[in-house]
Amino acid sequence: MKKIPPAVFKPSMLAGPAIDQTGVEERTARFTKRSIKAASKMQGLLLTLRMIDLTTLEGKDSVGKVEQLCYKALHLHDAFEGLPTVAAICVYPSHVRTAKKALQGSSVKVASVATAFPSGQSHLSIKLADTRFAVEEGADEIDMVISRGKFLEGEFAYVFDEIASVKAACGAARLKVILETGELGSLDDVRKASQLAIAAGADFIKTSTGKIQPAATLPVTLVMLETIRDHYYKTGTMIGMKPAGGISTSKLALHYLVMLNETLGADWMDPHWFRFGASSLANNVLMQIAKEREGCYQSANYFSVD
Amino acid sequence: MATKKTKSSIRPLRPGSGWTYAPAPESAAIARIDEQYELFIDGKWQKPSGGSYFDSINPANEKKLYRAALANEKDVEKAVTAARKAFDKYWKKMPPAERGKYIFRVARLMQEQARELSIMETLDGGKPIRESRDFDVPMACNHFFYYAGWADKLEYAFPNRTPKPIGVAAQITPWNFPLLMAAWKIAPALATGNTIVLKPAETTSLTTLKLASIIQEADLPPGVVNIITGAGNTGAALVRHPGINKIAFTGSTAVGKLIQQETASSNKKLTLELGGKAANIIFSDAPIDQAVEGVVNGIFFNQGHVCCAGSRVYVQESIAPIFLQKLKDRMATLLVGDPMDKNTDIGAINSAEQLEKINYYIRLGKKEGSLHYENTATLPKKGFYCRPTLFTKVAQSSRLAQEEIFGPVLAILTFRTEDEVIEKANNTPYGLSAGVWTDKGSRIFNMSKRLKAGVVWANSYNLFDPTSPFGGYKESGYGREGGLHGLSPYVTF
Repeated sequence: MKKIPPAVFKPSMLAGPAIDQTGVEERTARFTKRSIKAASKMQGLLLTLRMIDLTTLEGKDSVGKVEQLCYKALHLHDAFEGLPTVAAICVYPSHVRTAKKALQGSSVKVASVATAFPSGQSHLSIKLADTRFAVEEGADEIDMVISRGKFLEGEFAYVFDEIASVKAACGAARLKVILETGELGSLDDVRKASQLAIAAGADFIKTSTGKIQPAATLPVTLVMLETIRDHYYKTGTMIGMKPAGGISTSKLALHYLVMLNETLGADWMDPHWFRFGASSLANNVLMQIAKEREGCYQSANYFSVD
Repeated sequence: MATKKTKSSIRPLRPGSGWTYAPAPESAAIARIDEQYELFIDGKWQKPSGGSYFDSINPANEKKLYRAALANEKDVEKAVTAARKAFDKYWKKMPPAERGKYIFRVARLMQEQARELSIMETLDGGKPIRESRDFDVPMACNHFFYYAGWADKLEYAFPNRTPKPIGVAAQITPWNFPLLMAAWKIAPALATGNTIVLKPAETTSLTTLKLASIIQEADLPPGVVNIITGAGNTGAALVRHPGINKIAFTGSTAVGKLIQQETASSNKKLTLELGGKAANIIFSDAPIDQAVEGVVNGIFFNQGHVCCAGSRVYVQESIAPIFLQKLKDRMATLLVGDPMDKNTDIGAINSAEQLEKINYYIRLGKKEGSLHYENTATLPKKGFYCRPTLFTKVAQSSRLAQEEIFGPVLAILTFRTEDEVIEKANNTPYGLSAGVWTDKGSRIFNMSKRLKAGVVWANSYNLFDPTSPFGGYKESGYGREGGLHGLSPYVTF
């Protein structure tokens, strides 16, 4: 049974353990030392494909571009049989209808960014309207941004209420809350923002919009995974995680999966609970799969550029 | 509403169980291991005068790896004579900058052969290849590089004084970090102008013998470094030899005491780096997830065969339940098995004898009534292995909390106040190291002042650097190795 998030912000929602950045970096370095070979590599690569939110978030996005991306989501590389589809397509609200239609009958979800993405600098009413529009157009998932300015001003109650309101506007759609960790400045604030988002009703927490550097990093993702873990220890409720931006190689994706596996374990090793927000990762994974299958690398020309 | 959970109950996870990693073995063939090794005396490989040899096995599979010469008193005599001759004829006369060049050359050659050295270390001692590759070998190289730099700058290390070498140093190293301990001992002794007779532990001679061939390759004058292999008798003969001016020993407190008795009536200089039973202290305001990692590294690094292992964890009562849950979940992800696999976190116990000692303490802990938890790894059939283990509800008066186990066995104790934990942490005959985990800076300074330990790590554990001195209080020994302090035991004025 899903708990209804408390409507009122409480300062205790921010109370969590201190974060030692050096220690976090040492831990993440250990994940990158795992050597993933043979069958476990193939398993990891296929899981990575299934976890991708194939993304296009550009001013020049058009119906044609979105339709092509949707085709790619369903047909990653038809030269190989038995490849899975990605988890979702991630687009702006204005392209949700196009994507929904193109993906009809498949299990690929349509995720839409909303709430004055990427800056979040707008009035709450507009953010709610943005969210409702995306949901009405057929979005299965909403990727909202938090008001980082308000967060850094210390207006935690404001940020909390905003997330809770957007959650209510989502209806049945799952809500991913983007913290934009590259603007938060410290791992302590990443931890605090993660707790706030979870308390306010996030189904997923997500690192970045992809528009700000640094985007997802291993240390930031670890701190968020550990917040999810603490929430689970306390309540038994699972929250999803989505690192986004900057993950473009299979090797790095496998490091993220090692981290996920060793931090949250078997239950989270599933596209329902973990996503990669990425545009170019899929092709890199496909090239690795080709290498595992054929024993040699193939030219990038063999893989579609979408 | 029958099964309503209480507020404090913690939901368990299944970490590490979602994906198994396929074997990723390092190649043993890279290491060129001879069938038989002789003694390295006076720049040459010499047969032992008693004609006997002893076998060394790979603790990961119990297969014979090589055989090494057993040095007797005659060989010790030969080695000390060679070292004395080299001291008088070459080493003490050589311009310090020239000495430095030789040490730099050894460091570079070690670096070039780092992969082979780390494979040898893992095959001979059982430690995970990840550790010998990322810690032992690079750190050993760094010690040579660091002390090479001091060779021609000693007058700055001891301003307004004239440091002179002592003469012939006898050095005895342990089996837990064979190459690294050899580097800790050889590098400062050479930099200060002393000559050396070194004996590695009998279960792990391989990388020290490899280092001898590197020293030969570096073309050090004959007799400056002599390596003799053997067990306790060889070490005893070396310690007793009247031609020795200085002894540096790393090993057990029991043997350290014997050496101290033996040298009491001589004017041999002595430094001892002995056992430990370090306290790793977790306050309620600690960065808990990083502290869990620090505790894991503190006790499970090198299968717990570490003199400064954080074998006693003191956790503040208010966070004890969640801390324990996190620690157990982390322990569940530790991979135990073939040390040559790049993914192995915990390799083989160094010897059958050591494994029996560890198992004795595990049985004792169960009998004493402490609560026992261990990782569920399937252990290889051959070889010496022990799962990472912890005991909770351990009392201060329990033997588990008092005696050095030297294995992957952790004792968890709880405390309430700062004064209480300082008193408990210091309540041990040892005093090598300690760890403090807190977000409060002033507490770190207070703790590090009041803890009787040679090293106090704050929000970290088991961090080493050639520039940083290391050594103990009380029964953990005396003298410092590493850094500027590490030069003092090898000079006279």
